[in-house]
Amino acid sequence: MKWDAPATVELAREHGLSEEEFERILSDLGRVPNLTELGIFAALWSEHCSYKSSRVHLKKFPTRGPRVIQGPGENAGVVDLGQGWVTVFKMESHNHPSFIEPYQGAATGVGGILRDVFTMGARPVMILDSLRFGSLDAPRMPHLVDGVVRGIGDYGNCVGVPTVGGEVDFHPSYNGNILVNAMCVGVARGDGIFYGRASGPGNRVVYLGSKTGRDGIHGATMASDVFDETASAKRPTVQVGDPFTEKLLIECCLELMGKGLVVGIQDMGAAGLTSSAFEMAARAGCGLTLDLSRVPARERGMTPYELMLSESQERMVLVVTPDNVAPVLEVCGRWGLDAVEVGTVIPEPEVVARFEGRQAFRLPLAPLVDDAPRYDRPWVEPAPAAAVTLPNLRDREWAADLREMLASPVFASSRPVWQQYDQSVGASTVIGPGADAALQLIEGTNIGLAATTDCNALACSLDPFNGAAQAVAEAVRNLACVGAEPVGVTDCLNFGSPENPGVMGQFVAAVDGLAEACRAFEVPVVSGNVSFYNETSGTAIVPTPTVGMVGIVPGVRHRPRSHWHLGDAIYLLGPLEGELGGSRYLQIVLGLEAGPVPAVDYDGERRIAAVARDLVRLGLAAAKDLSDGGLAVAAVEMSGGTVGCKLSLPASTSPVRVLFGEWRVGFALATPVAMEPALERACEGLPLTRLGVAGGTKMVVTLGRKTVLEASISELAALSEKGLGWLSEA
Amino acid sequence: MSGKSRPRVAVVIFPGANCDRDALGAVELVGGEAVPVWHQSADLAGCTAVILPGGFSYGDYLRAGAIAVHSPVMTAVRRHAAEGGPVLGICNGFQMLLEIGLLPGAMLMNRTLRFICRDVHLRVERNDSPLLKHLRLGQVLRLPIAHKEGNWFAAPEVVRDVEAGGAVALRYCTPTGEIDDGANPNGALNAVAGLVNLQGNVLGMMPHPERRMRALLGGEDGAALIRGLVEAA
Repeated sequence: MKWDAPATVELAREHGLSEEEFERILSDLGRVPNLTELGIFAALWSEHCSYKSSRVHLKKFPTRGPRVIQGPGENAGVVDLGQGWVTVFKMESHNHPSFIEPYQGAATGVGGILRDVFTMGARPVMILDSLRFGSLDAPRMPHLVDGVVRGIGDYGNCVGVPTVGGEVDFHPSYNGNILVNAMCVGVARGDGIFYGRASGPGNRVVYLGSKTGRDGIHGATMASDVFDETASAKRPTVQVGDPFTEKLLIECCLELMGKGLVVGIQDMGAAGLTSSAFEMAARAGCGLTLDLSRVPARERGMTPYELMLSESQERMVLVVTPDNVAPVLEVCGRWGLDAVEVGTVIPEPEVVARFEGRQAFRLPLAPLVDDAPRYDRPWVEPAPAAAVTLPNLRDREWAADLREMLASPVFASSRPVWQQYDQSVGASTVIGPGADAALQLIEGTNIGLAATTDCNALACSLDPFNGAAQAVAEAVRNLACVGAEPVGVTDCLNFGSPENPGVMGQFVAAVDGLAEACRAFEVPVVSGNVSFYNETSGTAIVPTPTVGMVGIVPGVRHRPRSHWHLGDAIYLLGPLEGELGGSRYLQIVLGLEAGPVPAVDYDGERRIAAVARDLVRLGLAAAKDLSDGGLAVAAVEMSGGTVGCKLSLPASTSPVRVLFGEWRVGFALATPVAMEPALERACEGLPLTRLGVAGGTKMVVTLGRKTVLEASISELAALSEKGLGWLSEA
Repeated sequence: MSGKSRPRVAVVIFPGANCDRDALGAVELVGGEAVPVWHQSADLAGCTAVILPGGFSYGDYLRAGAIAVHSPVMTAVRRHAAEGGPVLGICNGFQMLLEIGLLPGAMLMNRTLRFICRDVHLRVERNDSPLLKHLRLGQVLRLPIAHKEGNWFAAPEVVRDVEAGGAVALRYCTPTGEIDDGANPNGALNAVAGLVNLQGNVLGMMPHPERRMRALLGGEDGAALIRGLVEAA
């Protein structure tokens, strides 16, 4: 079919548009669009680009605060760090492409999120990846894990941005739809921020980067659809990444912006040239002309339809004053990159494209961007998870239970994953992957920039509201473990089909939970992403609202440690017992995904996290927050697999709740004996229990006078190292 | 120290290099004047020492370092090395030194066929080169590696010559300094992590000293190497 053939309702349906939406296009335009125009509508009205099902709910997020310079709506959020520095960050999903083709899907996910950050003028300094896989015995799953890890590694390693954190989790609901959420954190001077705005009529539009090919056409609409058994037939919609070109783009764009040579800049992400052209024009309240014949094409015979909708990677759109076109092209040429003037900014709010000497399309901005469809989809409130009747959990073989947990993929050490990522390029990494949060120094300063990603999807499946709120609380605690206080949140909300009222109910509850928690912790949401339609053949993933949180340490004086040392005193800051509802203990040991997930105790969280943060900043203690797996798993992690511990619990406590209970405002602390008085003073007025000391080769836990758990610490740690060990082999 | 008296050290900027900024910063930290030199430059901008930094020059397409060695600047680097000027090649820079024959052997893919980034221990085998003078013989350094092609390989007669000539500067070892296959991260022959030429002015190494210049970043073991280079400039 020719690119300028008149559109029909059948074609609209093939493009993922409903009949009503097609009717709306006809009335918005007052005429029948051609095929290229229909493709543009389909892309910009896709869930992925328009947020049509989520926008009415996302308004509930707190997005302002004294540090916020740019909230949601731009390529990434911008938060002030003081001393003239700002941080720019965002998280985004690349779930569908990664399931179809894991290596390229994950690689281009990293590439896309890097561009969202450096297009704002910031140098990307950290990558974090939140990954969700199905059961390792599900079809293709080891291949998917391996492909995603290699894809992230090969891309991030080459561009020279360290991968410093993230998470890996497993649940059978991801068997047919894995999640790859990539977060990038960048740093810039406050006066060096640029926006994706095509302002100033008469200014020129410059295309920069890789040539446009036929790859990734309609990636955005693919990402807005569910999978069925023909998913592999969608492979041609996955883009192919070139990290070398990305690295050149980073350096070239930062040089252009550093020299003040651009007015506006945006990458061509989902929906390619279409989204960048329309979004940049809409943000500036202007329009654009484009000469599509001038767009660098990878092959002959590419049509306007293909040129507008290709999702070829590593491409940028610049808006430049006429005087600066020549200097811009000179800089791009020095970096060996294609750069071509392809259009002009106009005052009228429309995009007019020419191709081979005639008009290819002419579309008004409003119906495509600001007035795109919004749906308040029907939803039903999720039923609260009921309390479960538990078997007798008094006299169990706790060591055996702990072994079973550590041997589960959920607690598999992710070392074999992150050892394939360059964690220290940039020479700024204070704390890299494998800790509660990552910590970096801003180049040439002692300002610490921390980041973490968190989401306990098991809890969210039981109680989307409390589960999402707990994810925020956990992120706050994780930042405290490296001495950082939160400054901003980005999120990546992964759900099934919004057309299913049950799924939509999960989404609404999770958004409410995130909004409440962000408000309570006074951490604004400055950027984010929604990924719907994560389901295969009618089965949705468990709700996975991933929280990415960035924090600051105004002056790093001590390198936080995550392991205890021989002879350290071990304390528990916070209540001794946790809850078992929605815990990993129930999931793994008892095979129950059940039980209520408690609401966050905001007041307790704030007070206790503040003290833990100070202890770490002052170098008084190593801290680890108690989340998945509770105190027992935290102890194995803090041992580093080498130094054991002797812990004694008061006889009146329930061992299962102390060892494996979750959802408590708590930290395990380790401190040299000489610093104990200082630590105890700092924790005055808060629940603090001295549990024992680090030493020996075993983990020994006594309840009153009875030994309830005894196991070799190296053997326990080895169980967790084994789970993903195959990933580091040839 | 006044700006003029500081030794000028060139850090060559190749497209795709990604440790260039770290190398520039490291040189400045130990009192050198770090000078970025573009890969198309015909000279070394008056510098008296050179760092070929790590990264993925030209995307490492074809073979790691294979295209970079045809850059105009490499003619100047060769001349500088032939005249006895100090050259430090780190990671991708080491691969380039092998490509142009300033050091012997070649790099294969790591034996796991995977990129590996982690701390390794290194035993100091030579300290009679100006670049190595701040190290003690037998000293164990802890530095990070980050590469996919660091599995040093050479023909048996080359390996014999390398060992006989004392060209091995650094070997992968255990934390206590023993050479042990379990402590060899990539399968390099004879646990070779760094080589120095006969004259002692050209040093290539896979680990990254420029990332370990501050205790807050995990250690200062890299500073001795960078200081040696700057003082030799």
